[in-house]
Amino acid sequence: MTNDFKVVDEQLEAGRRAIGSYISGFVLSVVFTLIPYYIVVNHLFGAQGLVIATVIFGVIQLLVQVVFFLHLNKKSKPHWNMVVFFYTLLIVAFLVIGSLWIMYHLNYNMMGVSPFKTNEGYIPQ
Amino acid sequence: MTTKILQHREGPHEIAHNADAKALFGFWIYIMSDCLLFASIFATYAVLHNSTFGGPSAHELFSMPFVLIETLILLASSFTYGLVTLYAHHHNSKSKVMFWLIITFLLGIAFLTMEVTEFSKLLGEGNGWDRSAFLSAFFTLVGTHGLHVTAGLLWMGSLFAQVLQHGITSVTVRKLSVLGLFWHFLDIVWIFIFTFVYLMGAI
Repeated sequence: MTNDFKVVDEQLEAGRRAIGSYISGFVLSVVFTLIPYYIVVNHLFGAQGLVIATVIFGVIQLLVQVVFFLHLNKKSKPHWNMVVFFYTLLIVAFLVIGSLWIMYHLNYNMMGVSPFKTNEGYIPQ
Repeated sequence: MTTKILQHREGPHEIAHNADAKALFGFWIYIMSDCLLFASIFATYAVLHNSTFGGPSAHELFSMPFVLIETLILLASSFTYGLVTLYAHHHNSKSKVMFWLIITFLLGIAFLTMEVTEFSKLLGEGNGWDRSAFLSAFFTLVGTHGLHVTAGLLWMGSLFAQVLQHGITSVTVRKLSVLGLFWHFLDIVWIFIFTFVYLMGAI
């Protein structure tokens, strides 16, 4: 009997911790949405600074979501979750950075046509 | 010797727990593969976002306050879904689970309505996906996210019916946690769309 009570107590305690995690996650994600929004809409820095600031806040936002909502942290029980997650991040980085790198050089080597004025692969008269 | 072996046998509780862990891990791998899908569409958008072909650029098209409200709605729905899993796991409370499921569902509908409104406004102004490579990439990226949200909402409706019928059982709790992973993942994808499409577009 006492054992059952202990289990219920532990569950309620875990529940309290979980709700704390969701509330802090929600507050943090709203804050980290509003800050970059404010910075960008009011053009607080130059273009370069704004790009860097939005990327930084995007990454912070990702971390907040992963830790507080997906509960992926050091204590995550099946460590495979973490392994798969980091492997995916690696592939995503290859994919995105690689595409941008290749396409930038492609545009650079086709200097005759400004990439801003074309549809990719179609050269208007 | 025999007692030791018996002790190490898995009871029904552990077996159910292991099945949950396996289902969640399997779904986690699906989500990671979905990440790769979104990464390739994001890369396409990043490459094409300046190829406006004389048409409007991101800077001229999007209404920032509108997008901010859309984002806050989706963040709120992720939070209310967190409450669903919380009440399912720790409090075993059917009525609260159903209440927060409905709230999450309504927030999801609101988000989707705003997205459709934005799309139809763009189409009405002649800035559809056929206008430029930039707009093709934009519609593909945001539209794919919208389709995921639609699928999530259908799934949520079916889970609502299951909870209504069977109550909070180990099976419904597992299904609710799996949908939770999906829903939070869609929130994360939207954060990236908000950052890289809308905020970057407004700079």
